[in-house]
Amino acid sequence: MTIATSTSDLGAAAPATGGSGAAPAGRGGGGPLTLSLGLAAVLALGATVGLGLTLPATVEQGEYSRLIAIHPGLAWASYVAVGVTALASALWLWPRSRSLRWDQVAGASAEIGVVFTALTLATGSIWGRPTWGVWWVWDARLTLSALMLALYLGYLALRRVPAPPDVRARRSALTALLAVAVVPLNHFAVTWWRTLHQGRSLAQLDPGNDLDGAFIGAMLLGFLAMTLVYAWLLVHRVRVARLEDEVEEAGLVRAIEERRREAVTA
Amino acid sequence: MDDAVHLRSTVCLLGRFPALAGLDLVVARGETLLVRGANGAGKTTLLRALAGLVPVVEGRAEVLGCDLRRDRRRVRPRVGLLGHGPALYDELSVADNLRFWARAGRARPADLGAAMARFGLDGRLRDVLVARLSAGQRRRAALAVLVARTPELWLLDEPHAGLDAAGRDVLDELVREVTAAGATVVLASHELERAAGLATRSVTLAGGRIVDDGSRWPDALAGPRRQEPVHVA
Amino acid sequence: MWRDAVLVAGKDLRIEARSRVATNQVAPFALLVLVLFAFALDPDRGVLTRAAAGLFWVAVLLCALLAVQRAQTVEAGEGTADALRLSGLDPAGIFLGKAGAVAVQLLVLEVLLGLGLVVLYGVDLAGYPVLAATALAATLGLAAAGTLYGALASGSRVRETLLPLLLLPAVAPVLIAATRASEAALGTGGLDVAPGDWLALLGVFSVVYVAAGTVAFGPLMEEQ
Repeated sequence: MTIATSTSDLGAAAPATGGSGAAPAGRGGGGPLTLSLGLAAVLALGATVGLGLTLPATVEQGEYSRLIAIHPGLAWASYVAVGVTALASALWLWPRSRSLRWDQVAGASAEIGVVFTALTLATGSIWGRPTWGVWWVWDARLTLSALMLALYLGYLALRRVPAPPDVRARRSALTALLAVAVVPLNHFAVTWWRTLHQGRSLAQLDPGNDLDGAFIGAMLLGFLAMTLVYAWLLVHRVRVARLEDEVEEAGLVRAIEERRREAVTA
Repeated sequence: MDDAVHLRSTVCLLGRFPALAGLDLVVARGETLLVRGANGAGKTTLLRALAGLVPVVEGRAEVLGCDLRRDRRRVRPRVGLLGHGPALYDELSVADNLRFWARAGRARPADLGAAMARFGLDGRLRDVLVARLSAGQRRRAALAVLVARTPELWLLDEPHAGLDAAGRDVLDELVREVTAAGATVVLASHELERAAGLATRSVTLAGGRIVDDGSRWPDALAGPRRQEPVHVA
Repeated sequence: MWRDAVLVAGKDLRIEARSRVATNQVAPFALLVLVLFAFALDPDRGVLTRAAAGLFWVAVLLCALLAVQRAQTVEAGEGTADALRLSGLDPAGIFLGKAGAVAVQLLVLEVLLGLGLVVLYGVDLAGYPVLAATALAATLGLAAAGTLYGALASGSRVRETLLPLLLLPAVAPVLIAATRASEAALGTGGLDVAPGDWLALLGVFSVVYVAAGTVAFGPLMEEQ
């Protein structure tokens, strides 16, 4: 029963968490670095929304074109979340780096990833309405995102099945890696199946593209803002997960005491 | 060390429940140990831990020289566990079931035939579906699988439950025979009179620990101590 | 490992042969699904014939869920899980055996469903080699993925509802690829991608899940 208590192994997942682990277990808040991460996230999000609202309406898409400020950023953050879940799951499965912390990171990241994927689908759908004339088209990337959402909803459902921490961690880590293995297969399947999306967002950075510079700026700011929001949420969700597991860990010593007392009272 | 079982401060968890809460137990080879205790005392978990099924999370645990904390799978082919469930497929006949488990455990076909004959499973019952068997007949079938596998450590959880008088006699004879041949038997039982006649020692479990290690053998249960060696059939 | 796989697959198939759940329940269910599709779609204007490949594979997918759950129920008897772990059988062999038994049952069902397509939907079966290769690759992938997710979901009280949620999004590529490859063989598709690419996708899927199951089944069986 060795459970890592240092925060250093969180470094890869969220570079800005230093100091948060020093907070006493009973404290709900984070350290100063977490706080500044949160401030940065809120500021960046505010700036993105502000910039997005000042964008001009375009001829084809009207007011909806402002969604470029948040939709690509949300999609990006959802991919980051899925990637972090996969990485943390692999680190849990790797015997030398096995630590319950990686399981907590994987679960927390997947939860945030599901929210971001759902928001990606919602904003994409709203954005697509004026362009395509319908809420939903069977475009390859929309379909892929929907499948990803379903895969990770399954993953979260599996995590919620009551089980000892290591059992839960093993099942979840395997499922997360399988999900990541399936994503490229799904990608090929739906891309060959049909493709009518308007090219990848980053491809629009080509010089000579007629997209206005302001749009590119808003989109890039959106990437930054969503990444910061993701990192901030992750830090806090991981801390809550750790506290939950610590509470249960502390219960074990008491449980053994109680179990032994049965012998006296029996 | 030549003990069949060596446990020290062993803790086993069922989920988050410490079913074994720091248990010490040494069983020498060739012993027949009776484990007593109220319901929920930890008897079944102890037997499953000794079979390498339940992970040991704290303390020391060695069975037949295998360290359970390092690799609990290694001990499994060498133990035989008779649990509460008969571990038979309802939709297969007795013979199909026994053949599958015997081949899975790499038992010799001749051993299986002898075991089936011993428990009266070679006649009419052979081709009956397990679903149609009574509880006692399933017990017999489960015991026949164990016999065919010739384990070094026998872990019997309530072995007498459900068996008729003849079945009990066969079981008792079996226990005497295998211990005489050098195997070790740990049996958990509430039928103290029956089991005490078999056992060379008894311990009492409560709250996931040994509360009475048998040094104070109750006279009422002592019965005639068996000393004479029983010849192997 | 292979000896154990054959032993376990033989045991599972023998149980199915004795209990007849596959023949008495799953097969009629599969044919019923074909009939229901005819009710839902227009049977007169060739819609069924054109959609036959997709409907076939959706029916197979539903049967795969049933077959996997049945394979789990077989092992749910009291003490069976313990006995399997104590038996000395190689976990990888157990996985391959159980997945193999599911695959054999599904292949038999697919033959039956194929006949159903000919009789009920008026499909002209053509391009046998491609159809057979598709069926083999897709079935192997479905059986392996189903058995693996079945083990992941087992032991929980919600396993009947959890399994479809885990399995169906994961086998989406199988449904798409098998349908397109079958359409190409039947000549109802009219697609740019050649069946070879779809078969390759099915092959990769099967390899991924067979490999993952072979490695992961042991640790999964250790969870009490």
